[in-house]
Amino acid sequence: MNINVKYFGMIAEAAGKTEEVLELEGNPSLGELKDRQVKKYAIKDPQSVQLAVNQNLNTQVELQDGDEVAFLPPFAGG
Amino acid sequence: MMRYDRQIKLNEVGVSGQEKLQKSSVLIIGVGGLGCPAAQYLAGAGIGKIGLMDHDRVSLTNLHRQTLYGEDNIGEFKAKVAKEKLQHLNSEIELVAIEEALTIENAEKIFSEYDVILDGTDNFETKYLINDACVLTGKPWVYASIYKNEAQLSVFNYKEGPSYRCLFPKTTQQNISCEVTGVLGVTPGILGTFQAAEVLKIILGIGNVFSGKLKVLNILEGTEQVLTIQKNPAVIEKIRDQGIIPVTNNCRIKDENKTYLDIREIFEQPRIGSKNVLEIPMSDLDNRLWEIPKDEEIYVFCQSGKRSKKIVELLRNDYGFEHLKNVDGGIETIILNPA
Repeated sequence: MNINVKYFGMIAEAAGKTEEVLELEGNPSLGELKDRQVKKYAIKDPQSVQLAVNQNLNTQVELQDGDEVAFLPPFAGG
Repeated sequence: MMRYDRQIKLNEVGVSGQEKLQKSSVLIIGVGGLGCPAAQYLAGAGIGKIGLMDHDRVSLTNLHRQTLYGEDNIGEFKAKVAKEKLQHLNSEIELVAIEEALTIENAEKIFSEYDVILDGTDNFETKYLINDACVLTGKPWVYASIYKNEAQLSVFNYKEGPSYRCLFPKTTQQNISCEVTGVLGVTPGILGTFQAAEVLKIILGIGNVFSGKLKVLNILEGTEQVLTIQKNPAVIEKIRDQGIIPVTNNCRIKDENKTYLDIREIFEQPRIGSKNVLEIPMSDLDNRLWEIPKDEEIYVFCQSGKRSKKIVELLRNDYGFEHLKNVDGGIETIILNPA
């Protein structure tokens, strides 16, 4: 299935892009997708990173073909 | 009332709305890049009482974004200068300068004296502290945070809505402020102005208050995403049961009288939150040598003492820093609460 992934903040910097389309084999869970990208881009402090599926944060849903998943780190600056 | 004519003309405000503003109070925590523009608009709008809380002093590198301060204010307390400038803008309102840091001990007492809390801070420790104290005192708070050219905005604890801990239950170790990453002055300017708008909406009871949602802006790309936040009643209940839950990212240094230079990279743990520690990661040292005082005794440390030893030698031999001392044994030997 195809998943549209968006990256914010230092995650976008680690990935070198703000979005990409992933073609995924099988039916990975949201957690598996997170682990995969955390490893791929060496994303730091993954426990603090929140995922939004189709603009909904803090949800646990099964990924569907065409879903949009955003990787959101906390920001501190002001 | 005449001075408020242009906002009273709006149907959403009117004379009754203006009276609401005059009876209301707002506490601004951190009168920096976010807090300055927010304070200016809120003072202009006629908020009856504005608390300006900041324990920091104005420095030269603040001036490109902290719009209340001028060159002649360098070295003065931000809260005091902000109060003077804002009183000049509006003599009809009450302004309170609070020249102290927000702590677990003083947060609830201070919050209880205000209707709305505006977060102008630049670190996670204080954001969680604001969150918990707002849950305990029943106050809504308007949040903004910045990372370089990106920013987040939301309103937490508004009418039983989600809290900051619902959004980010686990904090990060990457406590990166604008001082470290760099920021265009306009970015906190835009966000602080958004925050002031949310405060006005909350007090006036108009429009859609940005609760349960997170706005994520990219100033360079001109993009804006709105994400919905789910409330997690369990984390809110935990705060009500336990009181303020300390975020212990930072540890303290034993000797507050010495000046330290931390050359570790920003992801290295534990972080130190003390004022007497200058943080310049090794990878950035070339660009920031000028920040290190040459005439002061400075203790340089890293994780184990090895990298800092090399840096001390390099800075002494090649750059003429004669008062640097290496901390043999690294960070564990100088902090109060080693892991």
